[in-house]
Amino acid sequence: MAAENREESILPHAETLAAPPTTVDKIFDKCFRTLTLVFTWATVLLLAFIVFRIGGQALPAIKEYGLGLLVSSDWDVNNNQFGIWPQIWGTLYSSLLALVLGGFFGITIAIFLTQDFLPHKLEIILKNIVELLAAIPSVVYGLWGIYVLIPILQPTADKLHSSFGWFPLFSTSFSGFGMFSAALVLSIMILPTIAAISQDALRAVPGKTKEAAFGMGTTRWEAILRVILPTASGGISGALVLGLGRALGETMALAMLVGNSATVSLSLFSPASTLAALLALNFPEADLNQTGVLMYAACTLLLITLVVNMLGTLIISTTTTKGGER
Amino acid sequence: MNTLLQDDIILDCRADKIFYSDFLAVRDSHVPIRKNQITGFIGPSGCGKSTVLRSINRMNDLIRGFKFFGSIQFHTMDIYNKKVDPVAVRRNIGMVFQQPNPFAMSIYENVAFGLRLNRFKGDMDNQVEKALRGGALWDEVKDKLKKSGLSLSGGQQQRLCIARAIATEPQVLLMDEPCSALDPIATRQIEELMLKLKERFTVCIVTHNMQQAQRVADQTAFFSVDLSIGGRTGYLVEMAATKELFSNPQEQLTKEYLHGDFS
Repeated sequence: MAAENREESILPHAETLAAPPTTVDKIFDKCFRTLTLVFTWATVLLLAFIVFRIGGQALPAIKEYGLGLLVSSDWDVNNNQFGIWPQIWGTLYSSLLALVLGGFFGITIAIFLTQDFLPHKLEIILKNIVELLAAIPSVVYGLWGIYVLIPILQPTADKLHSSFGWFPLFSTSFSGFGMFSAALVLSIMILPTIAAISQDALRAVPGKTKEAAFGMGTTRWEAILRVILPTASGGISGALVLGLGRALGETMALAMLVGNSATVSLSLFSPASTLAALLALNFPEADLNQTGVLMYAACTLLLITLVVNMLGTLIISTTTTKGGER
Repeated sequence: MNTLLQDDIILDCRADKIFYSDFLAVRDSHVPIRKNQITGFIGPSGCGKSTVLRSINRMNDLIRGFKFFGSIQFHTMDIYNKKVDPVAVRRNIGMVFQQPNPFAMSIYENVAFGLRLNRFKGDMDNQVEKALRGGALWDEVKDKLKKSGLSLSGGQQQRLCIARAIATEPQVLLMDEPCSALDPIATRQIEELMLKLKERFTVCIVTHNMQQAQRVADQTAFFSVDLSIGGRTGYLVEMAATKELFSNPQEQLTKEYLHGDFS
């Protein structure tokens, strides 16, 4: 208080309309700052708490099975034999497949909606429609996959298998539920994320950069491929990593579509399983020992998604400072 | 160099009318551009000098509603002929912009950009060095060609943009207020560079700085704004050799502008 009085007394009492902030203003300002600080730290603590509790519950299983659990394929509840390698494989494979498909279409959509191919109003309408895809609940995607997508895929998949069965990707017959259907639905689910963030990245390319490209005599496609995409590449890779993060953690639609078979296969048509699906389907009837194993699996999934998300944040932050103005 | 060659007109720009949608931006401006000379475009803001400059390499085609009536004779061909591809025009007539705008890639790749675009088959390293020397930047960047073009200072970035534009050896170089974002020292460097560039290229420069026009331009075109038609329409008031225009202007408007009565 004393310091504040001194501060005020320094100011000359000239005739002016300017007034120093009142004590109420200052208290309010302080409270507001404290409050935001508390909430920020609460979020961090919550994350730490979740990791701590799940880790704690997984600890017995980690002690008993060690890293062997991660590479084993056995899942025999009666003999207490557990392994989650097929689920890790299924999680990574389905997510990467979805990333390839969703990434390709997401970036293509983002280019189409930002590079003056359409009137501005139509761009906005289509942008919103693409973003609506994110509003569809996961379970609805699952149902749509089962009743609409699988019947549509069946004839094509059968043909691919019978004609190109020698090719690893098509080496098993299509049973409907499996990697292919799951990855396709997953790619649609991560499409809005990728498209939206890529659009932001492409819009952030300065007009003067585009002007420079056209001034050098590029055609529209040359400008997009040689200048605009490379300039936006930081933001676009961030979009891909965030999409991948979403795909890794997605549960319901995958549990409904992936077939839930502990199989490790390159074939798109083979049924598979994922970590998230394993957790969702096995918790209801798990005994104490099995709960520990599932917690171990949950930790593994958490670790994978955390690493991917941190990587994404890192890519976005480094590339935005590099590409930005100085 | 003999005088006859210097008097060669490489670009005969006749901008009878330039519209942006319904707005008449420029009227009745005949600007002959002489080979291996620097032609300065001066005038108050809104006088259409940039519009005319950007019409020369068809940059304005990128603006919706842009319409050009008249002709720009380049060698034996009108660049506004329907058969002419604006992209090809821009590859032959280079441009340097108001804001330095290097690409977010290495210094080397910035300069090699146009060469790759035009499927240059020769010695890339050699041509990049030649362009950077031409842009008076080589000594400053020869040890850091792999660094981002954006890591350079504003003046260096602008010289990089000049090097990028001249790497493909276009015949004409258009400069749209190239020094307006730069400090006086960088401005001086660019001006000295322009005087060197005119030995190899024909240069057109828009400037709001009359001293700059006097320092670098051989020919100067003075544009002004005509408010009488209801809009703000730019037009060419007079054009002459720079010394003559500044010492003995023929039009009253030019006299007033050079005298500082309006800007």
